[in-house]
Amino acid sequence: MNKFDKEQILHTSGVNVLKCMRCGKCSATCPSYDEMEYHPHQFVYMVEKGDIEKLMASKSIYKCLSCYACVERCPRGVEPAKVVEAVRLQVIRRQGANHLTPDDIPALLDEDLPQQAIVTAMRKYSK
Amino acid sequence: MQRIGVFVCWCGSNIAATVDVSAVSEALSHEPGVVFSTNYQYMCSEAGQNLIKDAVREHKLTGVVICSCSPRMHEMTFRKAVASTGLNPYMVEIANIREQCSWIHKDKAAATEKAIILGRAAIAKVHLNAPLTAGQSPVTKRALVIGGGIAGIQTALDIADAGFEVDIVEKQPTIGGKMTQIDKTFPTLDCAACILTPKMVDCAQNEKINIFAYSEVEEVKGFVGNFHVKINKKARYVDTTKCTGCGECTEKCPMKKIPNEFNLGLDNRRAIYIPFAQAVPKVATIDPDHCNMLKNGKCGLCAKVCSAGAIDYKQKDETIEREYGAIVVATGYNPIKLDQYDEFAYSQSPDVVSSLEFERLTNAAGPTGGTLLRPSDGKHPHTLVFVQCVGSRCSQEGKGKSYCSKICCMYTAKHAMLTREKYPDTEVYVFYIDVRSPGKNYDEFYRRAVEDYGVHYVKGMVGKVTPRSDGKLMVQASDLLAGEQMHIEADMVVLAAAIEPDKSARPLATMLTASMDTNDFFTEAHAKLRPVESPTAGIFLSGACQGPKDIPDTVAQAGAAASKVIGLLCKDQLTCNPCVAHADQLMCNGCSSCEKVCPYGAITYEDKEFRMPDRTTAIRRVASVNEAVCQGCGACTVACPSGAMDLKGFSNSQIMAEVDAICKM
Amino acid sequence: MIFSYYPGCTLKNKAQDLDRYARLSAEKLGVALEELEEWQCCGGAFSMGRDEIASKLASVRALNAAKEQGRDLVTLCSACHNVLKQANDAMANDADFSLRANNYMQLAAPYRGETQVIHYLELLRDRVGFEALKKAVVKPLTGRKIAAYYGCLLLRPSKVMGMDNPENPRIMEDFLRAIGAQPVTWAMRNECCGGYAVMEDRGLAAQKSERVMDNARDMGAEAIVTACPLCLYNLKKNTLKEGRLPVLYFTELLAEALGVKD
Repeated sequence: MNKFDKEQILHTSGVNVLKCMRCGKCSATCPSYDEMEYHPHQFVYMVEKGDIEKLMASKSIYKCLSCYACVERCPRGVEPAKVVEAVRLQVIRRQGANHLTPDDIPALLDEDLPQQAIVTAMRKYSK
Repeated sequence: MQRIGVFVCWCGSNIAATVDVSAVSEALSHEPGVVFSTNYQYMCSEAGQNLIKDAVREHKLTGVVICSCSPRMHEMTFRKAVASTGLNPYMVEIANIREQCSWIHKDKAAATEKAIILGRAAIAKVHLNAPLTAGQSPVTKRALVIGGGIAGIQTALDIADAGFEVDIVEKQPTIGGKMTQIDKTFPTLDCAACILTPKMVDCAQNEKINIFAYSEVEEVKGFVGNFHVKINKKARYVDTTKCTGCGECTEKCPMKKIPNEFNLGLDNRRAIYIPFAQAVPKVATIDPDHCNMLKNGKCGLCAKVCSAGAIDYKQKDETIEREYGAIVVATGYNPIKLDQYDEFAYSQSPDVVSSLEFERLTNAAGPTGGTLLRPSDGKHPHTLVFVQCVGSRCSQEGKGKSYCSKICCMYTAKHAMLTREKYPDTEVYVFYIDVRSPGKNYDEFYRRAVEDYGVHYVKGMVGKVTPRSDGKLMVQASDLLAGEQMHIEADMVVLAAAIEPDKSARPLATMLTASMDTNDFFTEAHAKLRPVESPTAGIFLSGACQGPKDIPDTVAQAGAAASKVIGLLCKDQLTCNPCVAHADQLMCNGCSSCEKVCPYGAITYEDKEFRMPDRTTAIRRVASVNEAVCQGCGACTVACPSGAMDLKGFSNSQIMAEVDAICKM
Repeated sequence: MIFSYYPGCTLKNKAQDLDRYARLSAEKLGVALEELEEWQCCGGAFSMGRDEIASKLASVRALNAAKEQGRDLVTLCSACHNVLKQANDAMANDADFSLRANNYMQLAAPYRGETQVIHYLELLRDRVGFEALKKAVVKPLTGRKIAAYYGCLLLRPSKVMGMDNPENPRIMEDFLRAIGAQPVTWAMRNECCGGYAVMEDRGLAAQKSERVMDNARDMGAEAIVTACPLCLYNLKKNTLKEGRLPVLYFTELLAEALGVKD
């Protein structure tokens, strides 16, 4: 277990993972559940255990839609989306780890695509 | 000069692990007036008490300081021990070095220093203590039970059984409470009505019991043994001495569309109504908000059809004043409102119901006659999803309740089991976080739901319910053990809503000066050792007003509360607290400040003649304390601008001596 | 009534209708929206990382500009509103972030979340008033059954956004009633359309949008209204053509009802 990674994730997210009571409501409400290898409740639990590498290596970190449904509906105020975001930041802050680069953009454009989609994706997928 | 003995308790390791008890007794032995100082493992034990008694005799002690736990725990124990030697029990002072020292500190040196300071303060106080003698006050041999649910009913029956009079005040038109709405009861599945309604009838027929239904407590004055209570008996617009409960009026009333609260709005009642067939008292009540006659003087149909001539549109609220020796709070609970949890679509579909609504939908006396039918279309549901912990164990601010509501796991198992038993063609899912079933035959009951009735228990939570136009409810949930998200097409969703104390509890607690916790549950005098008594003397707790409780626990607690009341009412006299206020009438300037702040009405003013200089006299208005009524709260001593008010045993000079001892390093 | 106004990048490009109809309607209602002079893109999403500083500064600059003008700041795009509101909350309540952000920016006076950020819908509800709006309507949308689509960003996280009950909102429904339309009750109104994931995984976005579209249609809506350009795009572009309802900006219906739609 990488102690530094865990501390950094707790710091970045500001989440107290110990508040989780394992009810699974975050994963019950998550619209991206089927796209994810690790689900919101697992992010919280695995960070608590210090099992960070698996999360960082998983494509699940790019599947969170940041829709705040888990944040809103968690009975304990754990805010799982912030944990997912912190793990993703931990990955993309590394050298050359951007998930999306400006060079990728032209191929993804269509005539109606709002600027909002591009800037949001850039913010989420790259540093 | 007092001859003071100091006794430092280890409380096993509770104190001794954090406080150097030898150092404390050693240091305090050098304080002025201290002639004996020691420490012992358990001062409250028989050996410890003997140690104190022997020292009092041997060293001719006139004052005793015990450094131990909170005085709430053992002050009485030590006072009794000291009194047995002939020394006045009010010459004992407790320095709390457990709750206020060892339990809250980690550093032993600092805790030891603090324990010594606390001991010094107690010694300084004992120097100024004077012997006090407790007076006596009479006991009114009648009890008041506030709330007529199963808790109040059981308490009243048990008190009456011991031969004492008891009044039940119930704000609804009938007694019976929540239990009247419940179909069957876990874990034995007897019908709630079958076991409750005979008790309701017993209350009505018992000559010792007086029921004030449709009434509320308005004002409480006095103190243990001598409460003076005003009860507002709301106008029913029906003469209860004439009404026979025939129900003719309730069939003729033209106002038909009023949501029936007994069935939680699942059907309608009339403006004149009897809540249900077994109501006690079985008399009609007119709902003034919906009665045309009362609102605009047009109608009068019920008066025309009433052959008993019981209808009285001119009836007014009535105030009843009664004296009581003891008061039992049995105000019960309610399910929370579900408007903060609309991810379960409670407001969007009538087929998403609360568990209490589900009780009505399965109850033979309910709106569907006991056949489970969907509220939206009256069809038989095939797939039912039960969601546990809706609003319970929720620490989100302003949303739910942080506590476990305790009863939901078991009633949900009951609902699921009964549904499967009655309708074997159904699929029943229960989503749970933990199944909590610690009670006699409880876990076996829940396992029967799974093993004998095939209820699908899923470890996980429902995240979203989406009603469809065809009436199906699309349930999205997590199955944590399978590691998948489930999508169920359900016909009904049942929400186990958290329970909370009745809204009347908070203002009542203020009237009673009884303490409550942050969730508005009444606080018990001791969580373990005095669970049915409020810290306010003479106030007792029965049922869910003290915390979430099922029926077996409620009935047990109701009996316990009754036995405490009986113990009190058996006495002819109560020993008063001698630590009461006293007015120095020479210093009193008659300003009335103390009278205004006294919560017990113990202070009155009188005109008295005083000798003045040069052989003259003057009549002055001065305060006088009724020692039998004063509870020693001390509010008057703070309010008094001239320093005339003082509290025996806690005089201003004693408190200041303590403060000086603490500040003097 | 004069307000500072933050349009955001999309409203200057692909979502010009959202902006245009809002301005025309505001004028009709006697509300002056003064666009901030030098606003920058909010970034589309608020970074939930508490140690992300630089990516939030554009929002703080806009918030501070409104403060210097002494006006409340009106937003329109759901994403901008969400980002500005969350950045404002962090400036007011996260002392560490606030200190670092102020250190970067070296403003004349430190910014501590003083600006009130209000969404155009809140402007209609709380400042104009739905009753007054109702009176100003010249062409009520009588009989039109409309599904109000909140998506995720307008309401959540509710403790910061504070617009309405996040699970049972009514601001958009009340708005629709005020302009004479009939709001539809539907559960998916506050579920995600798939959002920016369309860039990475069009299939995922399509699936989410389809569920939203399906529920609105099923519950009897003729059209969907939104305040978010990305929701509009996903619902229009990433749903099955068959059964696709028209998706409109709420401001378009507003302008229509007020008789200012050109």
